[in-house]
Amino acid sequence: MTEQTWQYRTPRHRLVLWVSWLCFVALCVFCWQVMTQDTIWYFVTDAPRQAADLGSRMIPPRWSYLEKLWLPLWDTLNIATLGTLLGVLFAIPVAFLAASNTTPSRLFVRPIALFIIVASRSINSLIWALLLVSIIGPGLLAGIIAIGLRSIGFVAKLLYEAIEETDTIQIEAITATGASRAQILNYAIVPQILPAFCGISVFRWDINIRESTILGLVGAGGIGVQLQASLNTLAWPQVTMIFIVILATVVISEWVSAKVRHAII
Amino acid sequence: MLSVSNVSKTYAAGDKALDDVSFTIPAGQVVGLIGPSGAGKSTLIRCVNRLVEPTSGTITLGDTPITGLSVSDLRSVRRRIGMIFQEYALVERLTVMENVLSGRLGYVSFWRSLLRRFPAVDVQKAYALLDRVGLMEHASKRADALSGGQRQRVGIARALEQDPELLLVDEPTASLDPKTSRQIMRLLIEICNERQLPAIINIHDVVLARQFTERLIGLQAGRIVFDGAPSELDETVLTRIYGEEDWTTLDKETEAA
Amino acid sequence: MASPSNTAGDSGTASYPTRWTRPPVFIQRAWLRWGLSLLALIWFVLAIGTLDVNWVRVAEGLERGWRFIKGFLTPDFVTRWPDISKGLVESLTMTLTSTVAGVLLSVPVGIGAARNVAPKAVYYVCRSIIAVSRSLQEIIIAILFVTMFGFGPFAGFLTLSFATIGFLAKLLAEDIEDIDEKQMEAIKATGASWLQLINYGVQPQVMPRLIGLSLYRLDINFRESAVIGIVGAGGIGATLNTAIDRYEFDSAGAILLIIIAIVMLAEYSSGYVRRWVQ
Repeated sequence: MTEQTWQYRTPRHRLVLWVSWLCFVALCVFCWQVMTQDTIWYFVTDAPRQAADLGSRMIPPRWSYLEKLWLPLWDTLNIATLGTLLGVLFAIPVAFLAASNTTPSRLFVRPIALFIIVASRSINSLIWALLLVSIIGPGLLAGIIAIGLRSIGFVAKLLYEAIEETDTIQIEAITATGASRAQILNYAIVPQILPAFCGISVFRWDINIRESTILGLVGAGGIGVQLQASLNTLAWPQVTMIFIVILATVVISEWVSAKVRHAII
Repeated sequence: MLSVSNVSKTYAAGDKALDDVSFTIPAGQVVGLIGPSGAGKSTLIRCVNRLVEPTSGTITLGDTPITGLSVSDLRSVRRRIGMIFQEYALVERLTVMENVLSGRLGYVSFWRSLLRRFPAVDVQKAYALLDRVGLMEHASKRADALSGGQRQRVGIARALEQDPELLLVDEPTASLDPKTSRQIMRLLIEICNERQLPAIINIHDVVLARQFTERLIGLQAGRIVFDGAPSELDETVLTRIYGEEDWTTLDKETEAA
Repeated sequence: MASPSNTAGDSGTASYPTRWTRPPVFIQRAWLRWGLSLLALIWFVLAIGTLDVNWVRVAEGLERGWRFIKGFLTPDFVTRWPDISKGLVESLTMTLTSTVAGVLLSVPVGIGAARNVAPKAVYYVCRSIIAVSRSLQEIIIAILFVTMFGFGPFAGFLTLSFATIGFLAKLLAEDIEDIDEKQMEAIKATGASWLQLINYGVQPQVMPRLIGLSLYRLDINFRESAVIGIVGAGGIGATLNTAIDRYEFDSAGAILLIIIAIVMLAEYSSGYVRRWVQ
């Protein structure tokens, strides 16, 4: 009998693992150097002083500015909510076209639907807003459409996954009664995905509130417009006030969204 | 009357599930389909309403050839065939009533079914069936609030709501306890007798099959190896269907039941 | 059976009700249902009413919109290639370094924020780090860091690292809190030190998910790196911003297509790596 020592992995496997790690570390170091070649290190070492300076300017917040923020806040909430509605409206058909069990054609329609989803998901709503402001001009409408475009991919992706996970036996049972395709959708698939759909929409609404607070930085309306104006005039106490309002809105919307999702599921 | 002749089914992966299966079922006959798991029982039942496309062979219900129908004609023949499933296959998030009414989907327009505005006769019939299976007061409950036996009764009501000419029953008792299994089988047989309804009951429990059906078809590796009365089902036949085993205890069990 | 009165089949159905209405799906109380619907309607009318759209400007924009779609379909990679490649290199290096730094930092923070392995004081400190990092959006952090550290990818690197900590440490902490207590007890029973406990009792259970989440965060960081350039934190976002400002929609289309392609590639390969890890 040969003597065996216990080893976690074979020597060959270990060698491959070590070389991969080495390459990975080398890659990281290389990236670091490329990234920082234009960095002015004086600014970095100076940062603590800058931070202290910034802090002293930001505090205390200008509380009286609050009354000028109510209207932008209302706009922000509207951008998020109308944008979510718009996105959901388009996401539903896209999801059904993308799900492999409901798509009319796996070869032609499904790849197109999947591309719409990936394109919408890859591009942040701020970039959509940047584009739309340049196309249709600054304002709430650009913000709403930007939020809508970004939401399509998110909602459609989660929804089509939910559609693909539906119980096939229930669908088979409704098919066996002689139901048409539309009736199968209505009786067998929709009841199964409805809770997931509501949860996804509310979840996205919550994210959209967060994202719509900053769309104004590129001119797409809402409280971000005030933020941009205050930043441009270096009115730091106002900036602090806006941050506080944004933070409060985000926390409240997160709470509402969690409550609603809990109630549905 | 249902006639199945020379039906074969080969799945895309190359597995041969059915091999040249032929039989006919006259009006009012309840047939038990037995055989080991993987013998093709479930495939055979699904070939009849073409939830599974048969590779070759013909199936006729009355005068209608089921094989070779277009999609829209298939709908109108499917509504004539009621199907009852192993895991009940109710749409769990719909109410009991919606599940029963879904048996009429092949008859009503999409808009009526979308708005849940079924014709008065359909609703009356649904109530009558729920009463028949003893679930009258559960009509507005959600299906997932019911117990296993109750759900299977809803499944039966849904199939009967179709006014079927044939019942396909796929392992109706596999998810139920022995007592409920017997109650469900008795209910099925009673209903078939009331309505002179032919049925194919796919069942793995030989004792139940012998007790409740008037004819048995034994399937082994996609082929029919037995077709006859339950009394003819002796040890040699059981060995032919299921393989070598000591079958004497099973006989005693049947006598006891 | 329950009701033998109706054994004659359909003949005795006349006495049954002819109508059935479905009970409401979500809200059972009628006044609440109607009240909420009314409120939603009032909000919708008000929201549309205060929308204030400059339709003339929108109509003018339609032609530009068409040009954007054309630019997206016939992208121009060449004209602005020096800018695009510079932005892309910044974005990619920023993404990788910030993810690695973020993961390395989020491991101690995550362990510290897990109630079942960390002391109370450490727990509260780590939890508040996570709370701050999660509640501030990347873009706001970027604004602050650009002010402190100056323009360029270094501020972006810090922003993304900070955001990664909040994201990963929270999920890691939740994972550790969910792990199998029995395995941990078994290790404890052998007389292991705290570090050995983490190494043998915790690490094997959370490692595969940590790797998966890190890859997912890599993907998110790349997408975010395209955004924070808008406020001066380096990366492809700055290039994109310039292209759109100059109405060079064909260059903008090219940049967007590159972003989409990289995100697709990342998603595809992360699925591959995740299978390889498990």
